[in-house]
Amino acid sequence: MSAAIDTAPANPAPAADTRDTRAAWALTAPALMLFVGVLLIPLAMTVMLSFHDWGQYKGIEPVFILKNWHEVATDPYFAEMFWRTFRIALLTTLITAVLGAPEAYILNRMSGRWKSLFLLVILGPLLISVVARTLGWALLFGGTNGLVNKLLMSLGLIGSPVPFMFTETGMVVALAHVMMPFMVLSVWAALQRVDPQIENAALSLGAGPLTIIRRIVLPQIMPGVLSGAIIVFSLSASAFATPAIIGGRRLKVAATLAYDEFLNTLNWPLGAAVAVLLLVALVMIVVGSNALIERRYAELFR
Amino acid sequence: MSFLELDRVAKQFGPQTVVDDFSLAVGKGEFISFLGPSGCGKTTTLQMIAGFLDPSRGAIRLEGRDLTAVQPAKRGLGIVFQSYALFPHMTAAENVAFGLEMRRVPRVERDERVRATLAMVGLAGYEDRYPRRMSGGQQQRVALARALVIQPSVLLLDEPLSNLDAKLREGMQIELRQIQRNLGTTTVLVTHDQNEAMSLSDRIVVMSQGRIEQIGTPQETYERPASAFVSQFLGKTNDFTATIDRTAVSARLVAGSWSGPAPAGVRGPVTISIRPERIGFGDAGLAAKIVTRIFQGNHWLFQCESECGPAIVIRQNDGRPQPAEGEAVRLAWRPEDMSLRDAGGPA
Repeated sequence: MSAAIDTAPANPAPAADTRDTRAAWALTAPALMLFVGVLLIPLAMTVMLSFHDWGQYKGIEPVFILKNWHEVATDPYFAEMFWRTFRIALLTTLITAVLGAPEAYILNRMSGRWKSLFLLVILGPLLISVVARTLGWALLFGGTNGLVNKLLMSLGLIGSPVPFMFTETGMVVALAHVMMPFMVLSVWAALQRVDPQIENAALSLGAGPLTIIRRIVLPQIMPGVLSGAIIVFSLSASAFATPAIIGGRRLKVAATLAYDEFLNTLNWPLGAAVAVLLLVALVMIVVGSNALIERRYAELFR
Repeated sequence: MSFLELDRVAKQFGPQTVVDDFSLAVGKGEFISFLGPSGCGKTTTLQMIAGFLDPSRGAIRLEGRDLTAVQPAKRGLGIVFQSYALFPHMTAAENVAFGLEMRRVPRVERDERVRATLAMVGLAGYEDRYPRRMSGGQQQRVALARALVIQPSVLLLDEPLSNLDAKLREGMQIELRQIQRNLGTTTVLVTHDQNEAMSLSDRIVVMSQGRIEQIGTPQETYERPASAFVSQFLGKTNDFTATIDRTAVSARLVAGSWSGPAPAGVRGPVTISIRPERIGFGDAGLAAKIVTRIFQGNHWLFQCESECGPAIVIRQNDGRPQPAEGEAVRLAWRPEDMSLRDAGGPA
């Protein structure tokens, strides 16, 4: 009995090891297969598709050419689309950060019941479809029939409807509304890690309220603001529903452009090139800024 | 004239009175502790001195000047928080320098004072460390340095040692006391640890349910507790009910088989309270049986079952043989070692 116990640890360890590894693979296999099946393979196919040829009468030809990539890289039409996409995403991110961070801070200082009520108000929009929320903006500002436009015009405050539909401003405003909860939640999470006594500590050392916000609170929630910014930026740059409704055909962004190439022009390979370029650009921006943030705020992330 | 004065201060949260009728005069350079169980109002009182809470009634004066009208940022008090509340995005030196920056102390002087204060709390060479990379004890020292560098008129300590382990806490107590003595800073400590209050303070304010139970030196509060609460909160104690026997020539105080001369003015039944280390085993006195005997190195702890209920006795381990478990003993004490209260209530 004792002999068996004594020798036990020496030998079966490697055997148990391989068994554990095998079990681990077996257990993760279903999820892994799903991941490979619905994400990696379609992604690889899209990348391959972007190198195929296409003609109005011949359709898609499975050959390897750089025609689509050459077109995307040289035609200023695509450059304009991509610049617009990232301009809109950047502006949306800025607006959500400037409004969302103070919103989260105020929310965090509210007392119990008010806090939960306003948290619900902020998160509420997430429960409603993006399409419905964006259409709401269209109802308010859509041309002469928009409710707000009608009201302002009948009051004589404006002569013609506020330009909202088919403008970049409209897109940014609607996107900022849609993305706000992500920023608020991200800053909120960062605020939870701030010692509640820390503002009192700064106060006792003679700091005024503005100094406390600027020197003590802001540096500590900055990682939250920045990670919120990454989420908002990548979601805005790849957003489809809001730009499709507000911008329509007149004001396209990368996502709606790819959609149009696929479903209207039927030039799948070109659409694939646009989609892949958007993906690569976003991944590079997100990974790059994330690395920068983690280096800059190393002492806060530990 | 007292330096810091609290005059009938009270604090109410809605219908609940958290601190009531709190009056205290603190002398310059004095080390005062607010001692009591959690929820007794000691931290609330400290926060009112700091200015984070406004008193509902009463006045707080510093050198005769009304403090309640002064913004907390302008009070010039040094505070060490229970959680330390260090600024995590600043190094130790930047943390300590913050208060001086707010006072617009010139850079050269600021650097010198930060360096000197960090050295005083034993953290020379740790200037560029971030709080997260320091141990609890080191963070505690940074918090202390940050509060002291502004040369505060009063230093407020809110359970500063409660997050440290026992050994570190003892060391910090001694160091804290030395630093406070050297600087002569008037200090108010909030604690629930009676040992900490006794080893650090000049005077202790024992609090219970928002009220002051007793103000006195550590010895006074321990030796002559003003109420049952104080005697029980500050260390172990034995409470026996005693009656007065007037049949003898001079009235005698009787508890079981123990009796002593009755102090003048005592009439009805009283509760007598004796610290366990003041009880000895003798030939006459309260009859008791030893239930358990515990050896604790420098002393023995006896739990006895006496005529008047359970009793605890502590005897110094002086090398002499001690009674064994189950042995019948007599418990005796000098009349001056006990304190008397009316039975069932404070004296």
